[in-house]
This record gives sequence, structure tokens and C-alpha cells, in this order.
Amino acid sequence: MGNYTFQWRQAFRALPQMLDGALVTMQIAILSMLIGVTIAVLLAVARNSKNRWISAPATAWVEVARNTPALFQIYMAHFGLGSFGIYLSPFTALLAGIAFNNAGYLCETFRGSLRAIPPTQTRAGLSLGMGPVKAFRLIVMPQMFRIAFLPTMNQMVWAILMTSLGVTVGMSTDLTGVTQDLNARTFRTFEFFALAAVIYYLITKAVMLGARAVAWRLFRY
Amino acid sequence: MFETSLTLNDLMFMLKGAGVTLLITAFAVVGGTVMGLAFGVIRTQIKPWMAIPLTFLLDVFRSVPLLIQLILANAFQAIAGLGLSPFVTSCIVLSLYTSAYCTEIVRGAIEAVPMVTRRAARSLGMTWGQDMTQIVFPMALRVALPSWIGLTLGVMKDSALVMWLGIFELLKSSQTLITRLQEPMFILLVTGAIYFMLSFPIARLGGRLEKRWQEND
Repeated sequence: MGNYTFQWRQAFRALPQMLDGALVTMQIAILSMLIGVTIAVLLAVARNSKNRWISAPATAWVEVARNTPALFQIYMAHFGLGSFGIYLSPFTALLAGIAFNNAGYLCETFRGSLRAIPPTQTRAGLSLGMGPVKAFRLIVMPQMFRIAFLPTMNQMVWAILMTSLGVTVGMSTDLTGVTQDLNARTFRTFEFFALAAVIYYLITKAVMLGARAVAWRLFRY
Repeated sequence: MFETSLTLNDLMFMLKGAGVTLLITAFAVVGGTVMGLAFGVIRTQIKPWMAIPLTFLLDVFRSVPLLIQLILANAFQAIAGLGLSPFVTSCIVLSLYTSAYCTEIVRGAIEAVPMVTRRAARSLGMTWGQDMTQIVFPMALRVALPSWIGLTLGVMKDSALVMWLGIFELLKSSQTLITRLQEPMFILLVTGAIYFMLSFPIARLGGRLEKRWQEND
């Protein structure tokens, strides 16, 4: 270990600050998921449309979101939009980038879960006298929710991990941003980032365990 | 808007960056797959409670942001006085990161091979090694390959983060050009197009393989 003295106390003293950062991280992740799910549903409907003018842009969105790095998407929101005179703050750019990414991945999740439900069930519902909307709401949607829930929560974990990229566009209030700020002031890189890593680990574990508990409560047969 | 000062030389500079991206990806995927194969086989062989330390360790790589893993590894190698270059550090971190995901793929694929098939192989007098290489491997490969392709593409996209350690891969080169030419939108579009061209054809191939193999089942 050479002659390096670890200064853990310094890192622990900054813990309240970092936990505040963790709250901002969660805030961005949850917001990006809400926006992402909304857009993903619209994209899924649009992609299944028979009209090419509607399905093509949706397909383009999904393919770009899935085939370029998340960091690139955040750069696009932060630096790229500047060319059009739209200057987003790091927070908004990060949120826009992650939401764009989420929407692309979740669209495929939703489409997949929609496909997993046999069309015979909808037809059975229709033959019982339900309207198409009612059949979708009462028969298809509950099952879709069951299939899509855990992959969606997986995407939530991805969103949390992606928020760490904000620091590259100057974000300084989320967990990574706060940590980088402390690091720049003290040069205790290892201690601070190790603590941040532990916080990220605990957050993702808590989200995953919570999701499992909810899934068990709602979806067990 | 349609005029640009991006010269052919600058484009070559970006393509060189894309080469670095591919090189890091190749190292990470080769290293990660070898380790993932080993860990995956080990995990299916030993009892569940014995696998807990390995599972926990690999889970850490999937639950901590890659950017923080890179920063931590770089700080650690400096503290320990290993004197590794950022390139080597990134390759090691990305390999471990890949291996964590690869282990899950391998384990899932091995478990997808029905136990009765393996017992039948063993009862025909095959050794464990023969069973593994001649029965399990070909069957598990069909299950694993689509997700493995997805993982490879994921690692290629995630490798953009190594720019934080100062490595000139594709995204970092585009940053440099943006600083010099002040045309962020155009340069980022070119960057995105390069990433897209690297990733999209392989993603399509993976999707087609998955579909074709499912039909045969």
C-alpha cells in the first residue's frame, strides 16, 4: 500500500452531504422513469401502428436509444441542443438524456409483454360482449403489468446507475456530483468514491428488494 | 448550418477514437467472457451457500455505476503503486464488469439444459468433461448467444465512460473536436452515426438469431 494513509473519517464526515446527493439521484431516477414510461407506452402504440409515418419515427427513437451510449444521449441533450439555442441546465439535460434512454428500452419491454398475451384472450373478451377498450383494460393490461413489472424495475436500477453520468455535463448536486466536488477539494478520491459506491449499492439493492416484495404481494398466483 | 469546418483529418481522428473504443471492447469482452464462463460453471457446480461470496462480489459490479468503478480502480492502482496506465485499468475494470453479466448468462444457459439430458449423457458413460463440452455446451450456446451479443454491444456503449480517465476513445475525440470547432450538434451527430453503425447491424443479427433459433425449438 506504499505510504498512503486512508482518511476514512473525512469521508464519513461528508456523509450527510452525500446522502442529500443520493436524494437528488433518486429524484432524477424516479422522474426519468415516470417520463420514460409515459413516452414508452406512446412509442409502443406508435410502433405497432400500420401507418408508416407514425411507426417510423417511433422505431427510429427506439433504435437510436438502444444503439448509442447513454453518455452520448446526455451529451446530445446538453451540448447538441445548444446549436439550436436551447440551453439545458445539467439537471434537465441529465433528466432528458436518461428519460430518452428509458423510453427506448421500456418501449421494447412493453411491446414484448404485449406480444406475450395471446390474442385469443382479447377475442374471447370481445365475444363476451366487452368493447375493445374494456377488454384491453380488464384482460390484457393486468397480465401485461405482471410481465413488464420486474423488467421495468430493472430499468429503474439502470436509471439510478445512469444518473452518475451527470457529472460529465457539470451536474454537482447528485451523489456522484457531490462526491466529485468533495474529491476536487480534498483529493481523497478513493475514500469518497468508495463511500459513494456503497451508497449506490445500498440504493440499488433496496430498490430491487422493494420491487421483489411488491411483485410477490401483487403477482403471486 | 450545412457548412462545416470538419475536415477529413478530423474524421480520421474520430475513426481512430472508434478504433480505441473497439479495442477496449475487445479486451473487455474476451477477458469478461473467459472469466464469466469460469464463474458461471463454478456457480452451477457448487452448493448455493458456497456460491454466496462469488455472487455477492459479482453483484457489486452490477450495482455500482461503472463510472465510479473506473474512478475507484484508478485511484486504487495509484495508491497501491501499481503504475498501471489508464488504458490497462479500464480494460481490467470493464472485463470484471463484463464477467459479472456474463456469469449470469452462462449460469442461465447451463440451467436451461434439462437435467435428464445430462443424466442420459452420463449414463451413456460420458465423463463430466465430455458431458460439459459435447452436450451442455452446444445446447447452452443457443440460449446464451443472443444475450451475449447484447452484452457485447452494451459493453461497447459503456466503454464511452473510460473517457473520464483521459483515454481518447470515440466520444472523447468528439469532445476535443467540439472544443476546437464549436459545432457540437454536427460533430455529435457524426459520433452518434459511428456508434450506431458499429452497434445496429450486430444488434439486428442477434435479434435474427434469437428468432430463428426459437422457431426450431
